[in-house]
Amino acid sequence: MDANLRRTIMLDNFQNPMNRGLKGEKDYIKINTNNESCIDELDFELKIEDNIIKDLVFDGEACAISTSSASIMIKTLLNKTVDEAIEIIKNYQNMIDEKEYDEDKLGEAIIYDEIYKQPNRKKCALLSWNGLLKELEKYKNRNI
Amino acid sequence: MDIRTDFPMLATGIIYFDNGATTFKPKMVIDSIVDYYSNYCSNAHRGDYNISLKTDMMYESARKKVKEFINAKNLEEIVFTSGATESLNMIAYSYFRNVLSEGDEVLLTKSEHASNILPWFRLKEEKNIEIKYIDLDENYRVTTENILKKITDKTKLISLAHVTNVVGDIRDIKTISKIAHEHGILVCVDASQSVPHMKVDVQDLDCDFLVFSGHKMCGPTGIGVLYAKIEYLEQFVPYNLGGGMNATFLNNGEVEYKSLPHRLEAGTPNIAGAIGLGAAVDYLSGLDMNLIHEYEMKLRKYLVKKLKENDKIEIYNENGDTGIVAFNIKNVFSQDTAIYLNDYNICVRAGNHCAKILKEEINIKNTCRVSLYFYNTKEELDKLISVLEDCDSLYNQIL
Repeated sequence: MDANLRRTIMLDNFQNPMNRGLKGEKDYIKINTNNESCIDELDFELKIEDNIIKDLVFDGEACAISTSSASIMIKTLLNKTVDEAIEIIKNYQNMIDEKEYDEDKLGEAIIYDEIYKQPNRKKCALLSWNGLLKELEKYKNRNI
Repeated sequence: MDIRTDFPMLATGIIYFDNGATTFKPKMVIDSIVDYYSNYCSNAHRGDYNISLKTDMMYESARKKVKEFINAKNLEEIVFTSGATESLNMIAYSYFRNVLSEGDEVLLTKSEHASNILPWFRLKEEKNIEIKYIDLDENYRVTTENILKKITDKTKLISLAHVTNVVGDIRDIKTISKIAHEHGILVCVDASQSVPHMKVDVQDLDCDFLVFSGHKMCGPTGIGVLYAKIEYLEQFVPYNLGGGMNATFLNNGEVEYKSLPHRLEAGTPNIAGAIGLGAAVDYLSGLDMNLIHEYEMKLRKYLVKKLKENDKIEIYNENGDTGIVAFNIKNVFSQDTAIYLNDYNICVRAGNHCAKILKEEINIKNTCRVSLYFYNTKEELDKLISVLEDCDSLYNQIL
């Protein structure tokens, strides 16, 4: 992907992120992610209905990579089933960790395919996705 | 300034402004460690052979150097630890755990480092003590009025940093000790950010406990100091038991501990670390601690003056007393600023700097922190100032 386009998408998602602002409503699952190696702290609220991610919002203070990847994660996972979302997140993690992955599953999230070149930013790119995966797996185990 | 040639790291061209986290090491410190491992590697406090005697002599002479550096009254008052964190934990668990009881109050401030808060939280849990915070004034400083406001007949300890690691204010420990002692209260000082940068005299400050780390003062990592007045140190219950700290023990469980400070240094100590710290003290003693402080203040004033000319920058501690400057580029997350500066080989720290409850005071969670040392130069600051001036395309650059 063209570096300029990649940057433009990241910057746009950083400056105008999708679904920023928490709802504080009862039927949302609350998720707090904090990046152990640094200082980002993002809160998410997740609403699952009929096994489908119906809503996903976030708020908090974080760096450009963390914030933009949270926004893109939300765009990518909205209206997916829990299983689909888990599959997408695992592909995303594989991409960041330089393992085999299916790029067709990732949509816009593909813009982080070169983060491995900046190892100190990998955690930022993974922050939201790791946090959500943990919660989705918990949800799945509860509902087997 | 030819002192810069003493530091191999400075030859890399890196502009290092994270001295509050750790400092670079002069060659003589590095050499002292290599010398120990290459020429007389052996254990301390044992062995009737020459290299072991030399090790023992070097280890104990490091203690003597530290004693003189902070002007402690007795050599026995200097205990080597792994760093300020371990020292503070020892003070909490080996001493205060045994003397505090339910309802006793410990006074802290909200700008303390985690290592001077979390051990007290644990004692709060274990012993049901109360933790109270001395209010900071509008410049985030500790005032005697605000201390007096929080003192009750239950107050047993005031534990605070000499210099805080985000705001960089110097606390008037001498006055605080005086007030505290008038009320029968003990004073514990985290001197991690002061001992490396200014003259610290524990007898003059009259604090009861004082801790610092070697690696923030040109020494190696993994070595630090616990100072306590002998009458309190005598009452420390060692929590590490083993070799080197006992005089005798019998199969019926009877143990007799060694005298101070050795009974608080169980096991083979960090010998190389202590020797390196001794060399660091020698190095700093060859400079003038008062001049170091003055020079860092001169650099700080220059930096603040220049940053104030840049309306994209917000400074949080304009009137600090040390070489610590906390700032942000407006509307830029601190970590993004640090990553941008890294592109120019400039190292600054971004984050909350382990002072996680300070945000309740300054209403800002994360900052960039420049923490200066005597080897920094005006030219290095000029580079930082100009890079911050040209920060308009920061996000284009780091993404």
